[in-house]
Amino acid sequence: MQALNRALRKLPEWSAWLLGTIPLALLVSDVMTSQLGVDPVREIEHRLGRTALYFLIATLAVTPLRQLLRVNLIHLRRALGLLSFSYALLHMLAWAVFDMALLWGQMIPDVVKRPYLLFGMTGFVILLALAVTSNRFSIRKLGRRWHKLHRLVYLAALLACLHWLWALKLWTGWPLFCTAVILILLAMRLPVLRRARA
Amino acid sequence: AAALTGSASQYSTSEKPNSFEEITNYNNFYEFGFGKEDPARYADRMTTDPWSVEIGGLVERPGSYGVEDLAPDNALEERIYRLRCVEAWSMVIPWLGVPLASVLSKAGIRPSAKFVAFETLYRPEEMIAQRGGGIDWPYHEGLRIDEAMHPLTILATGLYDKPMPNQNGAPIRLVVPWKYGFKSIKSIVKITLTETQPLTSWQTLQPREYGFYANVNPEVDHPRWSQATERRIGAGLLGGRQETEMFNGYGDQVAGLYAGMDLAKNY
Repeated sequence: MQALNRALRKLPEWSAWLLGTIPLALLVSDVMTSQLGVDPVREIEHRLGRTALYFLIATLAVTPLRQLLRVNLIHLRRALGLLSFSYALLHMLAWAVFDMALLWGQMIPDVVKRPYLLFGMTGFVILLALAVTSNRFSIRKLGRRWHKLHRLVYLAALLACLHWLWALKLWTGWPLFCTAVILILLAMRLPVLRRARA
Repeated sequence: AAALTGSASQYSTSEKPNSFEEITNYNNFYEFGFGKEDPARYADRMTTDPWSVEIGGLVERPGSYGVEDLAPDNALEERIYRLRCVEAWSMVIPWLGVPLASVLSKAGIRPSAKFVAFETLYRPEEMIAQRGGGIDWPYHEGLRIDEAMHPLTILATGLYDKPMPNQNGAPIRLVVPWKYGFKSIKSIVKITLTETQPLTSWQTLQPREYGFYANVNPEVDHPRWSQATERRIGAGLLGGRQETEMFNGYGDQVAGLYAGMDLAKNY
């Protein structure tokens, strides 16, 4: 495990960013070659959203991985979190431009009225706040409050799951599985469980 | 399978139909999976020949009818209809079929019949998603008798001069163009005329979200999303949205069926 951690430590932050561009590159290539089927709008929107959630899961997995398996990826966590935010931003832009055609008159009332849009948008605003305070300057400036603020990522993850489930006509396997993974990752942070392990 | 032809109909829209590829690769047919591509992938496992439709309940001549008895090839009409899904997307589809009224007349409607109930094939060996939960299989739908007898309501056996592809509801399906797509039940094995309003699958599952009528209505939103506009499949990345029309644009023909009814309550 120590050898693995030594190897992982050598991974620079940009390697996470490199990894993070792969889903986008695949999506762009699928758009260019018309591989997205009959409704590319929906496919682009949904793939970006799912990718954002996967990076959020990766971000949330960093601490449990370190505590349970002693695998240390902490130096990549910021990049993973920022990647989640970036895909969430692209997901929202795809919704606004391709899906809603920038019909502000429908989009704004929809966000306020529709639970799944409200969940998604609130989650996005949280990720935005975390992204803009993810630099060293903010960490120093905010001090203890920075940790408090960044615990909001737990709420953002729950909102992202609700956003997905609430948009479906039926609750089916994969979205439920991803939600379960997030719930487990969040439960591992509960003081009761943390104490049991210590 | 042999090519089919249908005589032109005054009820057809002049809008440009979606391509055969679009119509057959973007389907909601939950018996084969919940993804839009699943029906195209798995529906070829469904045996559609032999097939019979059991017509019963309040009819003079109950029994088992073949598809060819109900919709003879030489009686087919082409009906180019708009299809509006409850999920806020839409298509234009050139169906081939016969008025449901002609089929019901063959069986002879008793005067006491007030509703028509429909049932989809239940065959989990071939319809893979029926092995799991989600919906109370087999799928059920229903219409009021005057809706069923309306000339716009058809039983379709083909589209684009071809026999109905399995993923679109082979060999025979309902098409009710002024209602959300889920009312147009696929792969019908049973038609029952009843005195009381039948239960439908979506209504049973989520009565607050899906009503018995399910008329396309831009003013009555789905509790979780707006029905004011729709996205036409095939319009491209920057195709935008169009406004959803009352009764999917068939109001001139069907609004009278609902005179005096509160459509926000009877959604």
